[in-house]
Order: sequence, then C-alpha cells, then structure tokens
Amino acid sequence: MEITTGWYLVLGALLFIIGGTGLLIRRNPLVMLMCVELMLNGVNLSFVAFSRTLNDIGGQTVVFFVLVVAAAEVVVGLGLVVAILRRQPGATADDLSLLKG
Amino acid sequence: MVDTLVFVVAALICLTGALGVVLARNPVHSALMLVMTLFGIAVQFVAQEAHFLAAVQVIVYAGAIVVLFLFVIMLLGVDRAQNLEMSFLPIQKWAALLFATGSLAIVVALIVVVGEPVTGAEAMGGALGGTDDVRLLARSLFSDYVYAFELTSLLLVIAVIGAVVLVRKPKLTDPITAGDGGAK
Repeated sequence: MEITTGWYLVLGALLFIIGGTGLLIRRNPLVMLMCVELMLNGVNLSFVAFSRTLNDIGGQTVVFFVLVVAAAEVVVGLGLVVAILRRQPGATADDLSLLKG
Repeated sequence: MVDTLVFVVAALICLTGALGVVLARNPVHSALMLVMTLFGIAVQFVAQEAHFLAAVQVIVYAGAIVVLFLFVIMLLGVDRAQNLEMSFLPIQKWAALLFATGSLAIVVALIVVVGEPVTGAEAMGGALGGTDDVRLLARSLFSDYVYAFELTSLLLVIAVIGAVVLVRKPKLTDPITAGDGGAK
C-alpha cells in the first residue's frame, strides 16, 4: 500500500479533531492548552505534507512560524494560568467567567 | 513497504498520545502523552524529508514547551487526578459531540469523495531539493518571509513582557510613603 499525501492529511485532521474535542470537554486550563498544541501539530503535519507534495518550501516555512507562535501562546497562556490559580487555587475554566459581567 | 510501516507505527503513536492527552485524568500524564504525540509527529516529518523541522519539533516542543507545562503543573501543585465526569455546562457536552462527529464526518466524506486531494499546482516559493532543507528553509525565511520573521521577534518580546507583567505579584503599598510617590 502506497502512503499518499491524503493519509498524512487524514492523520493531521484526526489530531485536530481530537485536540478540539479535548478543548471542549476538559476543564483544567493546563490540559486545554495542551489540546491547543495538539490542534497546532495536526495543522503542522498537513503543511509539511503539502510542502512535500507540491515541492514547495513555503509550507515548511509556515510550520516554522507556527512553532514560534505556539511558543509565545504557551508563555502567555501559562502566565495567565499561574496568575489565576495563585489567586484562586483549583480554578477550572468555568470559574474564569469573571469578566462576563 | 518500509514507508508504510513507518507511517502506520508513527500514526498509531500520534493518535494514542493524542487520546491520552484528552482522556488522562492527571495533568502530568497528559503532558507525557503530549510528548509521545510530538515524537510521532517528528517521525512523520523525517519521513517527509523535513529533517530540520523534525529536530526543531523535538527541541522546541518536547524540550521547551512540555517542560514549561510540567514546571507549571508542579509549581501550582495541580497534579491531582481529576474526575472527567465533573459537571459540564448544559450545552458543552453536546457541542463537543457535535464538533467531533461533524468534523469526523467531513474528513470521511473528503476521503470518499475527493480521493486525491492535491491540486498539483506549481511551486511558488522555491522547490525542495533533496536533503538540503536547512539551506532552502533559511533562504525562504530570510528573503520572502523576512518581514514576517522580524514581526516574530516582536511577538516574542511582547510575550515575554506579558508573561512578566502577568505573573508578577502586586507590590505592597506602604501607607506612609505611598502618598508622596507621585510628587517626584
């Protein structure tokens, strides 16, 4: 059986779906951030698969930028989680609706 | 044959790790399962001749981001098992179910209907050249995407400053000297 680009795209889509579902059902903010990482990795896999198939380095360059943005997102997200959990230990995502008014 | 084997094994590792991230009750187990997924993705990158990205994936994700996660978990002491069956918001469970089944149905439909998904369009940003992907990536990054690259540095500076501001403890104001602080 030949592994075509479609298989890589399916794997990327499955990772994206699992990450998105986890983002919706988990309430621990740390695990939610990890699920965002899963979604980003699924997209990265699709970019690299297209880069290989279309013979274009641009896909890999985009993956590089996604890595940087993911690192920045984790830094700010974990900073928020630390600031919130220090004030209110054991807070879940549902307890963070203070700004709702 | 070897390609197929590598793909199947790495895909199983990825999917097992991803399900582990979502289903593990202990956040530490979630973080370790995330490492498993990231290594599987790195194997897929190597299989598609993106060697530099595979190395960066392991170094940045597994080496920095997951360590940061584990550090925060241990710092906050939230490494207790958490019950997955805790009270959901009313529509939360149904929204998750709808998202999962809907997007899965879209993927299956795409496999069945489209078959070969790639358009075969011409390369715009420079062709891949065998094993020399670091040189090509650098040339692309510092020519076509140089403004985006500079903006990335700005983003990282903002992220660092934001993290410092967010995590800093508010300074205790001394009631005696706080009054004349604004006069200077």
